[in-house]
Amino acid sequence: MNRADLAAMAQREQDRQDAFRCRVLCCASTPCLSSGGTAVREAIEKAIKDGDLDADVQVVSTGCMGPCSRGPVVTLKMRGAEDVVYEQVTPEAATRIIQEHVAKNEPVKEFVFPNDAPFFAKQHKVVLANSGQIDPESLEDYVARGGYTALAHVLREMKPDEVCESITRSGLRGRGGAGYPTGIKWDLVRKSQSDKKYVVANGDEGDPGAYMDRSLMESDPHRILEGMAIAGYAVGAEQGFIYVRGEYPVAAKRLERAIRAAERRGLLGSRMVDSQFNFRIDIRIGAGAFVCGEETALMASIMGKRGQPVPRPPYPSQSGLWGKPTLINNVETFGSIAPIILNKAEWFAAIGTDKSKGTKIFALAGDVNTTGLIEVPMGITLREIVYDIGGGIPDDRAFKAVQTGGPSGGCIPAQYLDTPVDYESLRALGSIVGSGGLIIMDERSCMVDVAKFFLDFCADESCGKCAPCRVGTVQIYKLLDKITRGAATLADLETLRELCVMVQETSLCGLGQNAPNPVVSTLRYFYDEYEAHIRKHKCAAGVCALNEKPMSPAVVAPPRPKRKVARLDELEAV
Amino acid sequence: MGVLTDPKPRVKPRNAAGGQAHPSGDPRFKLIDRTLKRFSYQQDALIEVLHTAQEAFGFLEDDLLVYVAHQLKLPLSWVYGVATFYHFFSLAPQGEHSCIICMGTACYVKRAAEIVSALQAEFGVEAGNTTADGKLSLNTARCLGSCGLAPVLVMDGDVVARQTPEEALARVRELLLGAARTPEAMSELTPLSATEA
Ligand SMILES: Cc1cc2nc3c(=O)[nH]c(=O)nc-3n(C[C@H](O)[C@H](O)[C@H](O)COP(=O)(O)O)c2cc1C
Ligand code: FES
Repeated sequence: MNRADLAAMAQREQDRQDAFRCRVLCCASTPCLSSGGTAVREAIEKAIKDGDLDADVQVVSTGCMGPCSRGPVVTLKMRGAEDVVYEQVTPEAATRIIQEHVAKNEPVKEFVFPNDAPFFAKQHKVVLANSGQIDPESLEDYVARGGYTALAHVLREMKPDEVCESITRSGLRGRGGAGYPTGIKWDLVRKSQSDKKYVVANGDEGDPGAYMDRSLMESDPHRILEGMAIAGYAVGAEQGFIYVRGEYPVAAKRLERAIRAAERRGLLGSRMVDSQFNFRIDIRIGAGAFVCGEETALMASIMGKRGQPVPRPPYPSQSGLWGKPTLINNVETFGSIAPIILNKAEWFAAIGTDKSKGTKIFALAGDVNTTGLIEVPMGITLREIVYDIGGGIPDDRAFKAVQTGGPSGGCIPAQYLDTPVDYESLRALGSIVGSGGLIIMDERSCMVDVAKFFLDFCADESCGKCAPCRVGTVQIYKLLDKITRGAATLADLETLRELCVMVQETSLCGLGQNAPNPVVSTLRYFYDEYEAHIRKHKCAAGVCALNEKPMSPAVVAPPRPKRKVARLDELEAV
Repeated sequence: MGVLTDPKPRVKPRNAAGGQAHPSGDPRFKLIDRTLKRFSYQQDALIEVLHTAQEAFGFLEDDLLVYVAHQLKLPLSWVYGVATFYHFFSLAPQGEHSCIICMGTACYVKRAAEIVSALQAEFGVEAGNTTADGKLSLNTARCLGSCGLAPVLVMDGDVVARQTPEEALARVRELLLGAARTPEAMSELTPLSATEA
């Protein structure tokens, strides 16, 4: 397939779609299906049949449309009219939508989710542009929306170094957590000399409370493949792997199908898109280990081993899979590539802030009225996200904190709601943008308990290779547990602080280095709460049991002398 | 790194493939053989093979690990090490029905812990275990990727959203009363990879 064939294919599909007077897009992602999406689709199909509208109306199953808590969501595209989004559709409502809106052009107002609602108006969809708009299992649908033209353009018009340079100019930074400049990483791999190189897409998404990557892989798989192929060309790799989290079988299935479809049409594989370039993509399924999101552990896992990290350097760009230079990026990073190529780097760089360019997808969850998947320009404030897009806190309870960055991040309190969301601002507050989970908490959450939750997670997920992480996280957890049981003294808070610094500074990989962050950030902003637990035996949120007492002072050992880093052998003995 | 550094397909072990099925004649071993062949008996494919094995048998019994180790020419300790490292692999049989409670951040904030306690108390089993009668496996997960619907449970593969402890209890009771999955029905399940081919 060459560029002309691609354009012809796009045109054919467009004509086919235009032939329908109306297209009904039904969200078929997990949230909508588990709130009754299947019955809705059946009702729609039945109503179409009953109304004899088969020739007029096309029903399409799409990926996620965004407002997950308001599912099932259905989008109606009438020829010559603006899209109408319906929310919380019941089978009865679905029948009415067909009978009234499609047949008589009278929208069913009660169920309409207005397009100008802040939920949509404040978003800027770049990576999610196709999500909820196309059938993820249809290559034609993706191509009709400009798919694979960026790849065709790159293969024909650009040299590898120009591609890297263009990505650098766009200011794109890694969406997997650390925010490393993507173009620079590509250039490093490009410059590494080797007979073989690899490209890896990190779709492990281990952060609890985040599901951007799952949704992207399920809703628009070809976008990731296209981004990876462009990366392969830019760095000189002929083999790619997508590492998909084991909990996401649907994502793996869709990607697998997408790869087969693209290969059949010559858009992947050998001499793709009529060029001299070959690129193959294979899927590897994770097996449930958070640490496998870490790049060196992930590569060990691809090679069939236990997912344990190894110290860097050497960085994967010098020595990765099977000792060869390897480019590893998050799937959302790859999802941003095609739009950057198509619209030019400057367009992307104009979105966002000075140092954080473009848009970022966030998973909005917790105590907020509208939960779901959103894509916003970098630099938007937390307040806009929580109160405009998310519609505020249910029952008008008070906002307490937003947790960002998962187990490696922190909690940001109400006084910083006007902080712009970008890599530097959140880091200054002791948290991180991370992969994109935003968990909103109201006054019913206890911050000590939340910190304990994350430490339990990290202690459980520590791969066990290095002692600070393996032992330190358990000891931090025990101290937090002691506080929530009411058995702690103020001296324990000191020990807790010391331990956090020790684990941060001495752990081997990012898991341990960042594991204490939730504790450090809650100690920073919610010290009162820790103190109230210890001094007053009070948990304001009413979460902690606090049914024990500290041992009598005579039994409690005197506090250890302060030192910056505790010795490991002592810690093992605690 | 050592034994696992070579990405090239390996020569098939003499005793493997070539039509020589597992001596038990259990047809489910064919599924494993198919995956082994698909990856040309590369040792790197260990995790893929274990995935197939678990899908076919429900859990990884010792005999299965021995078989996989033998076919890939890996030390059994290596295979065991990998199988126990990853949460996904289970070395013990699972109950007839399964209930997974998400304990990811979003679900935790929405009080999933109360659901876990309620179910543990009602069915007398700790999360991560199976009831004595083998009817129910109770497990927790770290985020199922449906955080917008928190708290989320997965019952026999179906995602159920926004549960209170009472609703969850009622659902699990219903599940246990419903049609039991027979062993025959289990073996008819074809793994994802096989249906895709
Ligand atoms: C403990 C740990 C877990 C991680 N989990 C993920 C993950 O789930 N997804 C991801 O893309 N990156 C994850 N990362 C970051 C990766 O190591 C790596 O930096 C990233 O995939 C690089 O891609 P990017 O430059 O596009 O962000 C994790 C890092 C650590 C230390
Ligand atoms: S936290 Fe439960 S689904 Fe994500």
